[in-house]
Amino acid sequence: MDFNDTPEEAAFRAEARAWLEANAPSAWGEMADRNVALSDEQFVAISKAWQARKFDAGYSALAWPPEFGGRNASRIQEVIYRQEEARYAPPGGIFSIGIDIEIPIVHAFGTADQRERYVKRGLRGEEIWCQLFSEPAAGSDVAGIRTSAVRDGDTWVVSGQKIWTSWAHFSDFGTLLVRTDPHAPKHKGLSMFVLDMKAPGVTVRPVKQMTGGSEFNEVFFDEVRIPESQLLGAVGDGWKVAVATLMHERSSVGLGLGFVDYEELIGIAGRTTLGGRPSLEDGRVRERIADMYLNTRALTLLAFRAQTALSRGETPGPEQSITKAVSAAQGQQASYLAMDLMDRAGLLTAESLGEAWGAVSHSWAWGAAMRIAGGSDEILRNILAERVLGLPGDIRVDKTLPFDQLPA
Amino acid sequence: MDFDFSADQKMFRDQVRRAMEGACPLREVRRVLESAAVAVSDDAWTALCELGAPAAAIPAAYGGLGAGYYELCVAAEEAGRALAPTGFGPSIFLAAEALLAAGDEPQKSEWLPRLASGEITGCLADASLAPRWPRYARGQLSGAYAPVPGGRAAAVAVALAEEDGGARSLFLVDLRQAGVTRADLVSVDPSRDVAKLEFSGAAATRLGPSGDGAAIAQRIRERAAILTAFEQVGGAERALYMARDYALQRHAFGRPIGSYQAIKHKLANVYIKLEIARTHAYYGAWALATDAADLPLAAAAARVSATEAFAFAAQENIQTHGGIGFTWEADCHLFYRRARFLALELGSSLVWKERLAAELQQRNAH
Repeated sequence: MDFNDTPEEAAFRAEARAWLEANAPSAWGEMADRNVALSDEQFVAISKAWQARKFDAGYSALAWPPEFGGRNASRIQEVIYRQEEARYAPPGGIFSIGIDIEIPIVHAFGTADQRERYVKRGLRGEEIWCQLFSEPAAGSDVAGIRTSAVRDGDTWVVSGQKIWTSWAHFSDFGTLLVRTDPHAPKHKGLSMFVLDMKAPGVTVRPVKQMTGGSEFNEVFFDEVRIPESQLLGAVGDGWKVAVATLMHERSSVGLGLGFVDYEELIGIAGRTTLGGRPSLEDGRVRERIADMYLNTRALTLLAFRAQTALSRGETPGPEQSITKAVSAAQGQQASYLAMDLMDRAGLLTAESLGEAWGAVSHSWAWGAAMRIAGGSDEILRNILAERVLGLPGDIRVDKTLPFDQLPA
Repeated sequence: MDFDFSADQKMFRDQVRRAMEGACPLREVRRVLESAAVAVSDDAWTALCELGAPAAAIPAAYGGLGAGYYELCVAAEEAGRALAPTGFGPSIFLAAEALLAAGDEPQKSEWLPRLASGEITGCLADASLAPRWPRYARGQLSGAYAPVPGGRAAAVAVALAEEDGGARSLFLVDLRQAGVTRADLVSVDPSRDVAKLEFSGAAATRLGPSGDGAAIAQRIRERAAILTAFEQVGGAERALYMARDYALQRHAFGRPIGSYQAIKHKLANVYIKLEIARTHAYYGAWALATDAADLPLAAAAARVSATEAFAFAAQENIQTHGGIGFTWEADCHLFYRRARFLALELGSSLVWKERLAAELQQRNAH
């Protein structure tokens, strides 16, 4: 065991670090002061400028072949670059869905024309992507979607509604999962399209969340016409494409959710009292802080194990899938402890308690959200039980019936 | 980044696993459990010794293999998976470590080769919880120690005692002498050897500087906690897969119980705790092998998480088995017993979790 880079890894890290040092700050100098609120237009412009610069230097598409602007880098080199870039808190969130999930799927399932049209521009950040899968009546059971596409000559006419679509309001394209055959069993009647988000009949409306903010959107389709050439994979192959997409999503969610953790809690417990003594001397508080450390530290170490597998040219093991199952729930619990430590004052928000308290409110709200997003706690446990432990899949009473005969 | 065992270390782990499958099936654990006259499994110990497991981290100069702590860790994991009823922990994780940490040349040369080969075993006799400490004066030790894991079979003890003037130090005591009496004690896990040792003027030599006993013992326990964590991880993983196998085979309401989410999610939760414990144990292995500065924190983290993982896996294994899991014939209780024994052998989770909190508090103060 050795936590240091191999000589090749160290050389690549030095190269990436040097490039970032020379290029990163100037690209988003305006964002250096995080308190300056940017307009949407400014945010998108700055993000796009950085993405293009990164792509042109070969860092956006590291693992891609040269014809897509990459350098056939290993996955460990991608990890190293991201570690180095993270030190600058870069913009780029609006590209993450496209670059990490949708563009690889277009590349894997798309035609030569589709690859030519979308991949390079997506990787360079010229176009922003979103994912249109979840619906109001189909979340964990995503194969139960109802948005329909009906063939009309060489176009398809789409009607229905999606929800929980991140970045839809900025997006140029989305991968759209629709039902093309309501008479087939639910997994078999699905198809995937590339949707032009600016097409007539597409309406994006922000979802007002329980936080008051609107990071997610609803997207409505009112007889949106999509050319047949936008099909991703064959008609009826939608489920296969969706499953491949969800695998990409699960591997990218869970670390770095920005939740309060044991270190912040040690700080708060040191400043507050309980029973006339510093809260940090209370055994209950100490135990909960120790428990949080055990989880948080383990997730960091698990990431090291994944990195090790990549460094050895192996595939990371299934243990990586526990990350979000642990971190989201812990963020929620950590927020409770932080508030409880403040006693009655804990009912107040950052408006009264100061800007630093924002992290507690964030953990409180988004801890709840992240236990659902990207595979709920329950779905993740099904996956662990089935794929890791080899236990049987759930019995599905709706698997073989035609979709249009299922109770709504 | 290389945070995993090497191919050679994994190969050694596989060798120990196969040897344990041959020499120490659960019926051997049960044989030791059920017979009051048998303290340890000679078959299991011989198999471990033939592969050099006890010798792995002892330097070649003292009859060891000098391979290192990674090898000792993977051997501990496999001994744990087999629930091997041996003095591996007391003898190697504690007594040999104490000799390595504090012994002078003659002490190390006299005892380490025999501990490394497994010809004899050792133990740690600690009376720090007793109201009165055993006393040492003019080469002789008197007083009682209980419980002493490994004390029935051991030939040598590393004992904590108080000298005239109050200094608390470590001593080496040959247990095959007239001034030593042993009594068997009944523990939650009769497949492990536990005794009460009573010394009346037993000949003893000081191990390490006078007055350093408690500090050395603490260091040794931290190192042993990491090695024991591997034992716990091995046992926990086997208990998890035993429950999984049963859940696949047992039917209720017309289908395997493993198809119900109540069972699936329970076992997924066991898996999560196990992997958390495993990563802490791995980090502990690195801390042991490199003598890292944060070994005390790594040890407490490995100790607490492995204790929780084994307890959870063993208890939910019984639960998954249902009524049959509560019978003497079913093997579930072997894991349930060993999980609790290991949870207490080096001090309880309450103590270790407090130590973990203290380490975090101290680190955060800087």
